[in-house]
Amino acid sequence: MTVAALELSDVRKKFGQTEIIRGVTLTIGKGERHALIGPNGAGKSTTFNLISGRFAPTSGVVKLNGQSIAGLRPFEINRMGLSRSFQITNIFHRLSVFENLRCAVLWSLGYKYSFWHRLSALRDAKERADEVLELIGMQHRRNSQAGLLTYAEQRALEIGITIAGGADVILLDEPTAGMSRSESDHAVELIRKVTAGKTLVMVEHDMSVVFGLADRISVLVYGEVIATDTPEAIRNNRSVKEAYLGTTLDEHAEEGALG
Amino acid sequence: MESTTMQQSSAPVITGRTMRYRPLNLARWVIWSITALLMIVMPLIFTGGFAVTLMSQMGIMIIFALSYNMLLGQTGMLSFGHAVYSGLGAFIAVHVLNMVGAGKVWLPVSMLPLVGGLAGAFFGVLFGYVTTKKSGTTFAMITMGIGEMVFASSLMFPDFFGGEGGISTNRVVGESFLGLTFGPGRQVYYLIAIWCFVSMVAMYAWTQTPLGRIANAVRDNPERVEFIGYNTQRVRYLVLILSAFFAGIAGALSAINFEIVSAENVSAVRSGGVLLAAFIGGAGVFFGPVIGAIVFTLFAVALSDLTKAWLLYLGLFFVMMVMFVPGGIASLLLMQLPLVAKKQFGRMLPSYAQGAVAGVILLAAAILSVELIYKVQVDSANGTVMSLFGIAFDAGTLTPWIVAAVLWAIGCFAWRWAGSKVRAQLDAIQAETGGLA
Repeated sequence: MTVAALELSDVRKKFGQTEIIRGVTLTIGKGERHALIGPNGAGKSTTFNLISGRFAPTSGVVKLNGQSIAGLRPFEINRMGLSRSFQITNIFHRLSVFENLRCAVLWSLGYKYSFWHRLSALRDAKERADEVLELIGMQHRRNSQAGLLTYAEQRALEIGITIAGGADVILLDEPTAGMSRSESDHAVELIRKVTAGKTLVMVEHDMSVVFGLADRISVLVYGEVIATDTPEAIRNNRSVKEAYLGTTLDEHAEEGALG
Repeated sequence: MESTTMQQSSAPVITGRTMRYRPLNLARWVIWSITALLMIVMPLIFTGGFAVTLMSQMGIMIIFALSYNMLLGQTGMLSFGHAVYSGLGAFIAVHVLNMVGAGKVWLPVSMLPLVGGLAGAFFGVLFGYVTTKKSGTTFAMITMGIGEMVFASSLMFPDFFGGEGGISTNRVVGESFLGLTFGPGRQVYYLIAIWCFVSMVAMYAWTQTPLGRIANAVRDNPERVEFIGYNTQRVRYLVLILSAFFAGIAGALSAINFEIVSAENVSAVRSGGVLLAAFIGGAGVFFGPVIGAIVFTLFAVALSDLTKAWLLYLGLFFVMMVMFVPGGIASLLLMQLPLVAKKQFGRMLPSYAQGAVAGVILLAAAILSVELIYKVQVDSANGTVMSLFGIAFDAGTLTPWIVAAVLWAIGCFAWRWAGSKVRAQLDAIQAETGGLA
């Protein structure tokens, strides 16, 4: 069996005396599109923070492509090939869209902390940034200040920054939150396009997005994974229905299947 | 071909793979050439000894303020102890200069700023390791602590720091090179000007490197930088070391210029001064601190000759800037660019002129009030007779106070009136041109 892209076993996180994540075990294969769903406060974002290095887990094992990453700093994990987006837009507000993307590709192209290269002479950085710019369809906003973009544009840029470095495991935290139906349809297409051939893990509340994109779904309730399965099986899973959305899950799922 | 939008009008048309920012580069060459030309020509126009001293100090302050802005404006690090690096650079430089004078080491005086820079960078490596572990407010507090620590040590180790009197030196050492002894003030000015120009170019070039751009990213959003592969702590540390290098150059130049270095060089007053200069000029723009340094030096050198209350004026000016023009003088200038680009600037001139008149009246009112109060409160032992703008009067009588009150009233009224004119004119232009970027 090949090595899993991401492997969590019995990951726990305590804040003070409160245990927020109570033993999450999850295996995500290479190239899989995996969705993490669950009610508010279930610990989805915290799980993301534990995987991406924002917080260190209290105990448990987190492996990226077979290598342990638990307790490493975010930039170390990023250099090993994992990149994430944020629920609240997290971009470089005073830089232009192009500069945002160029910043995001610099490390992966090996320029590190260089102060002896001229940015304008780095053709590979420029080309890669323009490539991502085209991928997220924002060529017309290339020189706009990122802080002045519309919300949907900022979300697209957020995804652009996340994938620009060429990481093969992508974590997206509620990529369509706050979007209108048409905007979120557009976002789903974008996500499908930019994560082709990569491993995707996403937290998402919008069930049509989840059922439209995911190969497998994990349901997180009170810091525990109560089920991991195909969308079809999750939809019919009795304990998921009881613990989570009840009948509304069905409605959302059908909506997703239609859309 | 796609239609280009407003934002792209300043960028060139994309033509295949060999895209170049030609117009932008041309503008840069022109600006740098004019800067160099000004630095060369200025002392030929203003030949007086005072003017040359003033310009020398401006040159030093420009390097210092720009180095400070590598932290504040470029990386978002508010430091209260930047004088530590310029000051310690100056102390090392002055000791090396004395060793050169004693014949113990060989070094041309013109290369002394490099020694100061390396010394500054060395202390950057040392102290920066501690300060840059944290960011934001914590960083600011630690820099303040380090600043106080170094200042306190300067009085504890008189061998190195020279105690109260400081360390004095003589810059005319070694054989003259092409007739340059650095004895005359103008030779020192040109030495400072060359180092100032080279430092400016180098610091500008730095903003166009990967580290320079990531520093901007750290300023905007340090958390996100960690998730694109960069250690923000390392970024802050490296920027601080580079910034300390340029601060050290400024310190060594001041050692050459004044031929004395004392505890004042590492004091919180110096650290505060460079913060004021960078902020007044505009920390958000590269050339902002250059303007700030020039204005600050005018206050500190020229104004201090005219009035004892110069610090009060500087403080008032700083408060006014923070409250009304938080982007600094540079932001005021940049606001005019779209007007100039649309050839509408001429239409603004009448209302700007009215604003200027109102400003002058207010300024006169402020100066008269400050000087009157200063005379009565601080300087009354020498009598209450004083003169201002060549007019002699007695601060003990009521008349000058009434004049001040009237000036205030007229000034405030005129300022509000001019302000509404400026706004109305701007609105009119915007309505006609469909908005300015």
